[in-house]
Amino acid sequence: PHAGPVESKNEAAMSELVPEPRQKPVVPMKPVGINANLLGYIGIDTIIEQMRKKTMKTGFDFNIMVVGQSGLGKSTLVNTLFKSQVSRKSSGWNREEKIPKTVEIKAIGHVIEEGGVKMKLTVIDTPGFGDQINNENCWEPIEKYINEQYEKFLKEEVNIARKKRIPDTRVHCCLYFISPTGHSLRPLDLEFMKHLSKVVNIIPVIAKADTMTLEEKIEFKQRVRKELEVNGIEFYPQKEFDEDLEDKTENDKIRQESMPFAVVGSDKEYQVNGKRVLGRKTPWGIIEVENLTHCEFALLRDFVIRTHLQDLKEVTHNIHYETYRAKRLNDNGGLPPMTVETEENHESNL
Amino acid sequence: QNDGYRTLSLSGHVGFSSLPDQLVKKSIKQGFSFNILCIGETGSGKSTLINSLFNTNFDDPVSTHFLPSVQLRAQTYELQESNVLLKLTVVNTVGFGDQINKEDSCQPVVDYIDAQFEAYLQEELKIKRSLFSYHDTRIHACLYFILPTGHSLKSLDLLTMKSLDSKVNIIPIISKADSISKTELQKFKNKIMSEFDSNGIQIYQFPTDDESVSGINVLMNEHLPFAVVGSTEDVKIGNTMVRARRYPWGTVQVENENHCDFVKLREMLIRTNMEDLREQTHARHYELYRRCRLEEMGFRDIGPENKPVSLQEAYEAKRQEFYLEMQRKEEEMRQQFMQRVKEKEAILKEAEQQVQTKFDRRMLMHQEVKLKLEREKKVLEDEIAMFMQKKANADLLQSQASVSTPLVSLKRDKDRK
Repeated sequence: PHAGPVESKNEAAMSELVPEPRQKPVVPMKPVGINANLLGYIGIDTIIEQMRKKTMKTGFDFNIMVVGQSGLGKSTLVNTLFKSQVSRKSSGWNREEKIPKTVEIKAIGHVIEEGGVKMKLTVIDTPGFGDQINNENCWEPIEKYINEQYEKFLKEEVNIARKKRIPDTRVHCCLYFISPTGHSLRPLDLEFMKHLSKVVNIIPVIAKADTMTLEEKIEFKQRVRKELEVNGIEFYPQKEFDEDLEDKTENDKIRQESMPFAVVGSDKEYQVNGKRVLGRKTPWGIIEVENLTHCEFALLRDFVIRTHLQDLKEVTHNIHYETYRAKRLNDNGGLPPMTVETEENHESNL
Repeated sequence: QNDGYRTLSLSGHVGFSSLPDQLVKKSIKQGFSFNILCIGETGSGKSTLINSLFNTNFDDPVSTHFLPSVQLRAQTYELQESNVLLKLTVVNTVGFGDQINKEDSCQPVVDYIDAQFEAYLQEELKIKRSLFSYHDTRIHACLYFILPTGHSLKSLDLLTMKSLDSKVNIIPIISKADSISKTELQKFKNKIMSEFDSNGIQIYQFPTDDESVSGINVLMNEHLPFAVVGSTEDVKIGNTMVRARRYPWGTVQVENENHCDFVKLREMLIRTNMEDLREQTHARHYELYRRCRLEEMGFRDIGPENKPVSLQEAYEAKRQEFYLEMQRKEEEMRQQFMQRVKEKEAILKEAEQQVQTKFDRRMLMHQEVKLKLEREKKVLEDEIAMFMQKKANADLLQSQASVSTPLVSLKRDKDRK
């Protein structure tokens, strides 16, 4: 029958279209299960030191975005987090400057060093978010910015001659500032987090927490958590990315008890009990920023910087970026053509 | 270096100095892979050396000298030291240098190395990929075993190393170094190094850019190639059991730096530069492979007018190209199919015709025969009719004759009277 010769011609035609992958070798993909008993010290564990040295030499990038209505203390908080003037504060603003008509994206980069570790920190501010009368779709410029960074990275990755180290401008962490109303989340909050939790790691924080008493704080946090859950908003650390039991227990505790962190920021120091501490001075007392009984700033700092910084970057790279890449390569043309913003957007602190 | 970023000073402890620790912690969780390729003739001491390096018995079967071609055999082991889990893959060449005609000896090795790069590239090009959980099988270090002839490198060695030096980190070692004396050894080493130079073979140089390791690395670079001895036997020297080879004239201790360079090799390969070997493989050798392969597949970074091609354009262009190609092929196939159908139809038609003609002819014949038979039948019937008539006439005549016969006899009688 004539079906035979037509079929093989089909195959031959197909193999001309797709470059044939070379033959796969005889490597067993799974280890042969030989847990070889070492009869003496070899020195494999020195690879940890080797790796550490290498990473210290290359340095790290970290990009953090702050989103929230104006006046919630975003800039102050970031400055407190990184113990330096990484953000230009509103008090430094020319008071005559109007609130921007649309959401602007301002990225400012700094190099900071601690203990031999060099970090290129970029703080991305979003003035104008939620400040207009009509705030419909005000998350769109932010989503666009985040996707643009993924696009930039993808373009570099796809090059034939690639850079040794692709500059990473992707947003690793987005702090979303919730207004301490004491009631519940606003529709804008829900809308923003619903859209953006799919593309970036969102860490919700309750701003200016010194306006709530302890009981109000606990209740508010519970309500916020519930609302986030009901609306299916997966904030960082996302449940589905817990790698093992250890991670899960650690992260469960954070998700169900600590988050969202109720924080207070300050860059002024006061004398309390013979020590100089960062705080806010009020007629009724000094609120110590790093005192865990006063607010949860220290928890946020430890969480973001001291324990989960690397994980934030990895989730961004291994999951959010990969999702973007898969979508982009799949429906190539389904997304609107990207006009990549160049270095003009990176304001260097002159 | 800072691309216009201003340096800020911190007014207090922030805590990101723990970042390398966070990174390391994650890497430990994921585990590490390290892949070594050993190239050397059968019996040059590859398995013994690996056993000595990793201080264990990997149980490699001994191979014969009579294999028709070079093959590669890979085995993966899981080693654990403190909390570090290492997936070690050792790839051995089997039958290298045994054939009478060694022209094709190095091709299987090159193919193997390329295949690992290809597998990684295919994973990287996938739309849904999982690079962070990918078991990296790319060769990080290639130990090339040189037999201590004392003269110079064999042509097979030169050819093989030349074809591999841009694909893998080559670490040449002189094996079974206990069969060569110290003075001969130094001369041999110098000869080898100068042969590398004159043939343009790039062997792996231990990195000297990091201050903490550059000192020792520079020193080690001068001792290349390392002359090593391996052993699977433990001998008691003083109070300890050490790996050694026992001869009537003395005992060669593997870990004695005066006896051989084994300790140096282990130090360099594992304790100092393992991470660098992995990085070079990924950042240099793999990138080169990838670049060549993508160009082979037709991708370009710069378009025809020397403007950078965007990703979307590149994919779109490729897609368009493939689509047109596919359409063309489809059309071609369709045409061919039609052609074949026509041909078959024609054949069938002709057969049908033939059958028809046969049938017609037979019918005709049948008609003729029938006619003939009818004619004959008619003839016979006529004859029968005639015969009947004759018979009837004859009967009639006979009956008339019997009436007239008495007259005839009377007449006769009358005559007589």
